[in-house]
Amino acid sequence: MVPLSYYLVLSGFLFACGVIGFLIKRNIITIFMSIELMLNGVNLSFVAFAAHWHALAGQVFVFFVMVVAAAEATVGLAIIIAVYRTRETLNVDQVNLLKL
Amino acid sequence: MNPMLNLWLIPILPLAGAAINGFLGKKSSRAAVTIVALFFSGAAFAWALWVAMRFSSLALPYHEYLVHWIRSGTFSVDFAFYLDQLSLVMLLVVTGVGFLIHIYSVGYIWEDPSYYRFFSYLNLFMFFMLTLVLASNYLMMFIGWEGVGLASYLLIGFWFTKDSAASAGKKAFIVNRIGDFGFLIALFLLIKHFGSLNFDQVFQSITPLGAETAGAGLLTTIGILLMVGACGKSAQIPLYVWLPDAMEGPTPVSALIHAATMVTAGVYMVSRSHVIFERAPIALTVVAIIGTLTAFFAATIGIAQTDIKKVLAYSTVSQLGYMFMACGVGAFSAGIFHLMTHAFFKGLLFLAAGSVIHSVGGEQDMRKMGGLRSYIPWTFLTMGIATLAISGIPPLAGFWSKDEILWKAYQVSWIYWLIGLITAFITSFYMFRLLFMTFFGDYRGAQVDEHGHGSHGHDEHGHGEPHESPMVMLAPLMILALLSLVGGLVGIGNGFEHFLAPVFGSGVTAEAAGETASRLVEYALMGVSVFVAVLGALLAYWLYCVRPELPQKIADSLDGFYEAVVHKYYIDELYAAIFVRPLINGSTRILWQGVDRKIIDAAVNDAGDGARHVSDEVRHMQSGNIRSYAGWVAAGSAVVIAFMIWMGVR
Amino acid sequence: MSFHLILFLAFGAVCVGGAVNLLAQRHPINSALSLIAVMAALAGEYLLLGAEFVAAVQVIVYAGAVMVLFVFVIMLLNAGEEEESKGSRIALLLGVPGVLSGGVLTAWVMVRHSGTEAVAIGALTGHPTDIAQLLFHDFLLPFEVTSVLILIAIMGAVVLASKPEATARKVD
Repeated sequence: MVPLSYYLVLSGFLFACGVIGFLIKRNIITIFMSIELMLNGVNLSFVAFAAHWHALAGQVFVFFVMVVAAAEATVGLAIIIAVYRTRETLNVDQVNLLKL
Repeated sequence: MNPMLNLWLIPILPLAGAAINGFLGKKSSRAAVTIVALFFSGAAFAWALWVAMRFSSLALPYHEYLVHWIRSGTFSVDFAFYLDQLSLVMLLVVTGVGFLIHIYSVGYIWEDPSYYRFFSYLNLFMFFMLTLVLASNYLMMFIGWEGVGLASYLLIGFWFTKDSAASAGKKAFIVNRIGDFGFLIALFLLIKHFGSLNFDQVFQSITPLGAETAGAGLLTTIGILLMVGACGKSAQIPLYVWLPDAMEGPTPVSALIHAATMVTAGVYMVSRSHVIFERAPIALTVVAIIGTLTAFFAATIGIAQTDIKKVLAYSTVSQLGYMFMACGVGAFSAGIFHLMTHAFFKGLLFLAAGSVIHSVGGEQDMRKMGGLRSYIPWTFLTMGIATLAISGIPPLAGFWSKDEILWKAYQVSWIYWLIGLITAFITSFYMFRLLFMTFFGDYRGAQVDEHGHGSHGHDEHGHGEPHESPMVMLAPLMILALLSLVGGLVGIGNGFEHFLAPVFGSGVTAEAAGETASRLVEYALMGVSVFVAVLGALLAYWLYCVRPELPQKIADSLDGFYEAVVHKYYIDELYAAIFVRPLINGSTRILWQGVDRKIIDAAVNDAGDGARHVSDEVRHMQSGNIRSYAGWVAAGSAVVIAFMIWMGVR
Repeated sequence: MSFHLILFLAFGAVCVGGAVNLLAQRHPINSALSLIAVMAALAGEYLLLGAEFVAAVQVIVYAGAVMVLFVFVIMLLNAGEEEESKGSRIALLLGVPGVLSGGVLTAWVMVRHSGTEAVAIGALTGHPTDIAQLLFHDFLLPFEVTSVLILIAIMGAVVLASKPEATARKVD
């Protein structure tokens, strides 16, 4: 028997790693992958609670999260490609035309 | 039941004249302006005469209610008019002398480009003065009070492009305001303790009260504060300093406002409030002392002045002192009597002085005049009559009124009488000095350029020899001379006093008893004052006609003291040092640079600067760097999550 | 020490290792591959929780489509290794301890305050039938909306990623 809190700790850890990666990485694609990691952590949390409360709606919500994540990844990567075409770089620090 | 006299017309007619001339006068011809001005002031005078004719059939006092004004709880004040013997006398004096001076001004101001403005202001003044005189409550009187101050300012500074005139106007207004402050406090006290400002209600509330002989009380305070207001308006010590400067205005202004009417408003107000003063002996004493001192003090300054109008100005201050002396010893009707006769002869003196100045082409220094009696005989005649009147030579008007005052003063204290007598001597002296320096001897003035005009021009630049004024200016002189001759005869047998008896009645301070025994004393005193007046005239004659080199020798021997007198005892300089300069310094250093610049401006500017600095700091959030945005997002969401956890744990 | 717990720990170890590796690697392709490993392990976790449909979808959609897309883009853009820079060192020094400490604190709070409720293996089975029942009845509106969302994403991706020659010609 695995206590619920173990799942939550794991989920939290994945989320934390995602945030760290989001903050420290400079390659835009790696940042996106960190976002995916965050979403996965949240999904785990949803499913764990669904099993805990015996509510299948949690799993249905995971379904929706995945759909949204897929759509977001698609559009995001398309944007990355467009940006790469003009700026010739994937370094997020160099996409700074808005800097004062 | 009283018939409706429509008293409200009397002030309103000049107001209409002022409005018409004020708005339309600039584009109108001189004739039109003249007609409007004379019509409205004359109409006011005619209406006043009509009211006077109906007077004996009225049940007095007569009230006329116009429209209601303030209703606040139990306190109510309305626009209402009041007529009794006292206001009738004032009414006739103001409208009559005012109308004569309007006529005179037509000639005097004819050449001035702002002709219409003068008459507009003059009519405006009449409106305010009549409001003051006919008011049935203190608040309306105060409106008139302030209004005549305003009109005085406007008229003194009529030639406002001249610095000295503009400053004189300001000085008059500001010094007036100081007095008005005292007046206002008195009004507030009246409202607080008697709940009303209507004459009837206030005096009815006060009449049953006893005299405050034990010491200063409410009535004494009110009385002294009212006197402060009167000092400002009627140029008594210590607020007289504006009157000599007010001579910057045109001479008709000096005649009307600063001789006959406005400066008498203080005397009128004190007389109207006699109910208060009679129950406050200390306040009465204050009034008497101020009046007596001022009379003497101003007369001594008048001796040494060389400007003809300045002599008359100090003479006015001195004569006003007599009126207050009269009020201060409880002889209110004597004070009003002198007010009336003074309006006649002082108005005449000023108008005649204006005629003199006009004839010598604008010169006001008496040392440059002399021997004018052959050039301007009519002016000389009328001015001579006025001089006799003011010196108290019987049977002219001034004798009756001044003697009445001296007699009543003697009955209270011989000190008042003595100072009054000495002042009468000095008055006679300097008035005859004026007469002799101006009209006798040789003409010491400069010959002005000849003009080719044959007609009488009225500009300031003279026409060769001094010439007589036109009839439009001489006629009022003659009428006033006539009044100065016979105007005092109403005082015979205490006629005037009996006429005003219903107003003043018998006060708490009883007058001296024993009519028959004191009759001899009265005649004796009369003789003494006449003797003294003649003595003054003779002294002036000797010093200025017989031995004209003596005045200079006397002046040289008195040296320092003489200089002080010439410079009006340096009072103006004293006031400047004590009041004016500290005020200006304080205002500049503390209020302007300190408060206005450093505190208020700084607050506003710093608020703007502060907003800019804050936004300068916050701007760094928008760095254009994606990862810093990411950092802010993460930090913000961490705060939100922490908050939610905290809420959940609670 | 039940079998459930051992399996949980095994899959959990792979998750943790993959996540840390994602952060540690400098070349994005390595990060992508370790993310795939994380997702596969997560699918295993879902199975342990009885969510079979979700596990399958995780492998098919997430690991099989989304991550493949990521790998395609990395190779298309020929992404290279990351260089060190001053900003990244600051972020490393500040961010890692900060987030880790926050995470440890949260985990400690959760473990301390949670009861002894445990999740039995297979206690709740996510049959596709049951899920479909929920999806097409109770959550029909979100379902339809997400389909529109996907449509929009497709169109957006096509427009954004297409070559700009057509518009460039108009400039001449």
